[in-house]
Amino acid sequence: MTDRDASRDELLVLYEQMAVIRRTEKAAHDLFMSGLVKGTTHLAAGHEAIAVGASAALRDDDYVFATYRGHHHAMARGATPEECLAELMSRATGLCRAKGGSMHLTKATGNMLGSYAIVGAHLPMAVGAAWSARLRGTGQIAVAFFGDGATNIGAFHEALNLAAVWKLPVLFVCENNLYMEYTPIADVTAVARPAADRAPSYGIPGEVVDGNDVVAVRDAVAALARRARAGEGPALLEAETYRHFGHSRADPATYRPAEEVERWLKHDPLDLARGRLAELGVPEETLTAADERARDVVQKAIDAAKNAPPPDPAEALTDVWADGGAAWRT
Amino acid sequence: MADLSTARDVITYRDAVAEGIAREMRRDPAVVCLGEDIGEAGGVFKTTVGLFKEFGPERVWDTPISEQAIVGAAMGAAMTGMRPVAEIMFSDFLACCWDYLANEIPKVRYMTGGQVTVPLVVRTANGGGLGFGAQHSQSTENWAFTVPGLKIAAPATPADVIGMMAAAIRSDDPVVFFEHKGLLASKGAPPPPGHVVELGRAAVVREGADVTLVALAAMVPLALQAAARLAEEGIDAEVVDLRCLVPLDTATVLASLAKTSRLVTVEENPYQGGWGATLVSVVADEGFSLLDAPVRRVAGECVPLPFADALEERVIPTVDKLVAGVRSLAAY
Repeated sequence: MTDRDASRDELLVLYEQMAVIRRTEKAAHDLFMSGLVKGTTHLAAGHEAIAVGASAALRDDDYVFATYRGHHHAMARGATPEECLAELMSRATGLCRAKGGSMHLTKATGNMLGSYAIVGAHLPMAVGAAWSARLRGTGQIAVAFFGDGATNIGAFHEALNLAAVWKLPVLFVCENNLYMEYTPIADVTAVARPAADRAPSYGIPGEVVDGNDVVAVRDAVAALARRARAGEGPALLEAETYRHFGHSRADPATYRPAEEVERWLKHDPLDLARGRLAELGVPEETLTAADERARDVVQKAIDAAKNAPPPDPAEALTDVWADGGAAWRT
Repeated sequence: MADLSTARDVITYRDAVAEGIAREMRRDPAVVCLGEDIGEAGGVFKTTVGLFKEFGPERVWDTPISEQAIVGAAMGAAMTGMRPVAEIMFSDFLACCWDYLANEIPKVRYMTGGQVTVPLVVRTANGGGLGFGAQHSQSTENWAFTVPGLKIAAPATPADVIGMMAAAIRSDDPVVFFEHKGLLASKGAPPPPGHVVELGRAAVVREGADVTLVALAAMVPLALQAAARLAEEGIDAEVVDLRCLVPLDTATVLASLAKTSRLVTVEENPYQGGWGATLVSVVADEGFSLLDAPVRRVAGECVPLPFADALEERVIPTVDKLVAGVRSLAAY
């Protein structure tokens, strides 16, 4: 097998992973709009290349921490569409046994250690996981994915400083989709690049990458991961991307200029990967077959989640404590 | 030169903190410490003296003044195979990392459907009486008590510091460990090797027949002093040291009330939202028939802690206030 074949085969796998995530997010949107998903969702359609590209560059035992916009990270680390959609639909078979919901998808067996809904809170946790990896001498690294909005909260700055001072193997990957909720990040941030421009303050590398190009993300993360694993310390990567849906729930994102939306939709991570695959000589029917497999997997997941039972109400009083119980008194 | 025979017989509460941590660090390499000034400096309260020398910089880590990073990193380490012991210098500063104690640490196991555990200890110097003013004197154990998912330890004696530290560090659940500043210089017998005090077991530290005084941390010696005064007046007080707020040993309190029929809580935290309110509500729900008198709560006043001694004394519980509170029940 030539390098070109290997690269083509790997990219095809990454493409299909992204296609599964895209369809799962579309399903989550439709299920929310039809009332089958309660509460809220923060969809990652448009962000797929960041999770899939980064995951391709990481070891299976590396640690990943994500935000409430984290479905793509759970799936990139092994959560199935069925587990995710069942969680969103409050089913007993959900990834977190219906106790977490959309904002807290976690796949601990894939060392994806949670999705956190308090902005910025998980950056210090990733620092701690990296510290732990160093103390245990495992060669693992930790990666915190976060939005552009998180760059203006204190925990971001405390985490970067501590990681730099302790020279820990942790990567901070900002998914800059240009909007903190409904407000342009540029309107509320003192520097042009909300993440990368902060890196020099902490003496760590701050790079910018096209977050919609799965190969570029993979290569950028691989280089920074190699560096971190070699004991050279943390780094920050700002991946530029764009949401295909609104911030959350049914937000139509009308605050975004039409021409900007159009420009970014033309820069779709799936289309970019298809283009690269075509250049590598992959025939259209191979891509269509991958799309069909993705569609089938997600359709089966939707059906299975719809047919799954609700949680046993007794589940509400389990797993506060490590003994599985919830007793607070004698 | 130190009198070594005395050193073997007596240990201060302050030294018991370091001794309790050291005992666990010796038996479990997963135990690591982090916090501000805890390394060579030995901690601003000298509660980590000797740890850096014995265990070195790979197990005792000085941090910047970054409470969120300290507790957040402890959480990440705890989720990945370590047993971190994080120090937050003054318990007032828990507010600086409250997200971790309110939203992250106590919830992550539950909201992931049991996928992760967080075996960590957050140690902190708590309480007033030392003239540190409004932002360095609070008793904040009741803050933690509002959050399901945290275990809460607050020892009153050097032996309990060591025994409860062992239980806290070995616990697979997160524990907030309140070390009372007013007790740091107090002394007691050092416990034998392997001493562990299970969390959630209150201690009856003085037996009595007429009234039950339920206290925590620095309020325990205060309650014992009050009991001695009350004894001179012919009132025989039983003193219960709760030791922990979670798990809350209501069984020991109810058993004591079955004997005494009268309850007074002694709380350094404010009356408003103090732990005694919850304890009293359990008694009202489940032990009403045991009572022969109204319950009394002797607690902190609902004001910020003032600086001057004369003002601070007016605000936090004293032996006089407790004795007066108990006397007021004698009429029943």
